[in-house]
Amino acid sequence: MSGGFLVSAVVYLGAAVVCVPIAKKLGLGSVLGYLLAGMAIGPFALGFVGTEGQDIMHFAEFGVVMMLFLVGLELEPAKFWKMRKTILGIGTAQFVITTILIFGACVAIGFQWNQALAIGLAISMSSTAIVLQTLKEKGILGLPVGQKSFAVLLFQDIAVIPILAVLPLLALQGGELHVEEGAHKNLLDGQPGWVTTLAVVSAVVAVILAGRYLVVPMMRVVARTRLRELFSASSLLIVVGIAWLMELVGLSPALGTFLAGVVLANSEYKHELESDLEPFKGLLLGLFFIGVGASVNFELIANNPITLFSYVLIIMALKAMVLAGLGKYYGLKTSENLLFALVMSQVGEFAFVLFSFIGQLSILDKSQIDLMMAVVAVSMTMTPLLLLLNDKVIQPALNAPATEAKPHDVIEEQKGVIIAGFSHFGSTVGRFLRANGIEATILDNDPDMVDLLRKMGFKVYYGDATRIDLLESAGIENAQLFISAIGSPEVNKELVHVLKKHFPHVEMMIRSRNRFTAYELMSLGVGEVYRETLDTSVRMGVEVLHKLGLRHYAAYRAGQNFLKYDQEAMTQLFELRHNRMEYIKGVRDQIAQQEQLLQNDQQAKPHVNDHAWDSEYMRNTINKPTEK
Amino acid sequence: MAKTLILFAHPRLENSRSNAALLKALPRHAELTLHDLYEHYPDFNINIAHEQSLLLQHDVVVWMHPFYWYSSPPLLKQWIDMVLEFGWAYGPVGTALSGKLVFNAITTGGSAEAYQPTGSNKFTISEFLAPFHQTARLCKMLYLPPFVVQGTHRLSDEALAEKAAEFGQLIQLLLDNDFLVEEMQSFTFLNQFVSPQKPHNP
Repeated sequence: MSGGFLVSAVVYLGAAVVCVPIAKKLGLGSVLGYLLAGMAIGPFALGFVGTEGQDIMHFAEFGVVMMLFLVGLELEPAKFWKMRKTILGIGTAQFVITTILIFGACVAIGFQWNQALAIGLAISMSSTAIVLQTLKEKGILGLPVGQKSFAVLLFQDIAVIPILAVLPLLALQGGELHVEEGAHKNLLDGQPGWVTTLAVVSAVVAVILAGRYLVVPMMRVVARTRLRELFSASSLLIVVGIAWLMELVGLSPALGTFLAGVVLANSEYKHELESDLEPFKGLLLGLFFIGVGASVNFELIANNPITLFSYVLIIMALKAMVLAGLGKYYGLKTSENLLFALVMSQVGEFAFVLFSFIGQLSILDKSQIDLMMAVVAVSMTMTPLLLLLNDKVIQPALNAPATEAKPHDVIEEQKGVIIAGFSHFGSTVGRFLRANGIEATILDNDPDMVDLLRKMGFKVYYGDATRIDLLESAGIENAQLFISAIGSPEVNKELVHVLKKHFPHVEMMIRSRNRFTAYELMSLGVGEVYRETLDTSVRMGVEVLHKLGLRHYAAYRAGQNFLKYDQEAMTQLFELRHNRMEYIKGVRDQIAQQEQLLQNDQQAKPHVNDHAWDSEYMRNTINKPTEK
Repeated sequence: MAKTLILFAHPRLENSRSNAALLKALPRHAELTLHDLYEHYPDFNINIAHEQSLLLQHDVVVWMHPFYWYSSPPLLKQWIDMVLEFGWAYGPVGTALSGKLVFNAITTGGSAEAYQPTGSNKFTISEFLAPFHQTARLCKMLYLPPFVVQGTHRLSDEALAEKAAEFGQLIQLLLDNDFLVEEMQSFTFLNQFVSPQKPHNP
């Protein structure tokens, strides 16, 4: 079997590695690349993959499961709260109107009302996988189109809960589950509708409770071991475990993990989880698209081409029209609106789940389900093509870029500040910022510290700030400032390298142990270096002067001048540094520098520099001529 | 008893002669508060609540400062900007300071002659102090004529000591409540109120 596994792996990975770069190069996007790869290796083309395409899809649905976990992780209650109007408004409208239209159309062509409603509910779903992946690739997730799309998808994702609960009630033949061969056995087989409904609710509650009270303590224990692979393992365990639990009660694993994601969105391990799962998600999602491609039943299409394509056409047209109407109502520009309508006109992967559930409930018979599944797969395959058409033909005709931003509509995202290291130094910065209404994203890699700070109400995340993937999930793409409050000069230097190389857009503000680490950071091109002992020492010096009888204001000015002058001296000596380094090494260098500093320090006395407010000076000047 | 608050603003008292002399001549009195603004707020970050409660505890306020560039040193202006809040010191409901007395006690390098329409400074001290006068009026306070020490650059030590004594006397009279507002307001300078026998020659 292992040989078989290796062969399959080679086939799938090979297809992806060949097709996706080609598709990307042709400007087709990765989703279409994967779909084409799937079709190529599927039973109707090269035949590398037989009917197990469906199984692969079942397996790879895990990519969607992870994606929804990650989407959930992104969805902090606060963020969610900001989006609530959009989600409720446009989300409800899309869902309800589409369902009603599809319901009407189905009744019109002779379906019973319960069948029509079930189809309507399933068809109103769009593909989170395709849409989010596409929007992310286009980099427009943050623009009005992206946010509205996300709102619609999110509402659909949430709507799956009640739909799954309601569907058993639509099974009119006594509510009995007719389990197909090969379908997953679950605990609820043969139970009446209300038991299923109850089980759904309690499973959801269980996931929420586990997310809150089980996962975080577990991650804390894992984090203390400081073994990165163990962290990846437990991240996977969480997702797989929840998915398993959901399957046990016959629920969508995607839904369960999404919920778990939302529950964990506020936890300190959010970014760590994100960056650990991201590669798995990417791979599995690719596999999922390949599975969709491979499962497109060309035989069914060949047998009923007219029925199938008219279904696809009518459904996509209806969905697109509803979306376009809503987009217009919610103030999207024509060019944006087209993208909005087209990108979500397909039927999504949730429909696979819903249709198979509908099949199990015997609401529709096997041939109807097969047809619907084919419709879903074809509509998903069509999406990248439609988008291509939109990009290359329609948008140029409209003479407007599809991704034009419309500023007043963007949900206000705070320009990010990231603080790495939350010891006493970092926490002081963080406290100060928070007192002034700036919520920074805080990273620290001491699990006990993170735990403590969390209890004190700080939003701290566990993780190593020099890891690129972690920085990405901490939102560095949208960050304006990166503050390193890390004590270790070595870590800071590494951090500067990583930031310079991968995220040149962020402005760095780096803590430095002393003058010498400051030079090193400056030579790496860091403009804003903060010596950790400078201000405090000067402040202390000022108070010494005051206690020794200097007027407070004079001492204060002396301190301010000293700081300013010291900064200037720093820049000057930095220029000289290299020449000097060649002659004087180590301690001698330090002493020499200190001496030079002390000599120059005379300049930092305000009394020497100005005569403002100095009446004695004036008296002398005025009285001199008269005394002569 | 009129509780008196001296708001003293001098950025470099350590080099001052006349203001130092004036401070030295102040009576020691439980009802007299000397509030050294530059010593308290070297960073100009004025504690508004503290300043307002000080004002409420006193009946007479003295803005004591050298006369820099025809006005006060910047911290006193900052004090006015920060402390005299709308709705507290002025505005329809701002009556916290209503009826309190206030005046400037200033030292000028230029002589009395310089502050005349014919002199080098062209305007009189009273004219230059108009912003303070109006500030007081807006806060429903009673603004009194200033106490002045002029020509400080050339003032002899004896003459300065005399001026300082006058200042001490003035504050003592205020503390003792030994005054009539109308009478004080009839002079150009409060110096004349303390030493009425002398003609106006500050």
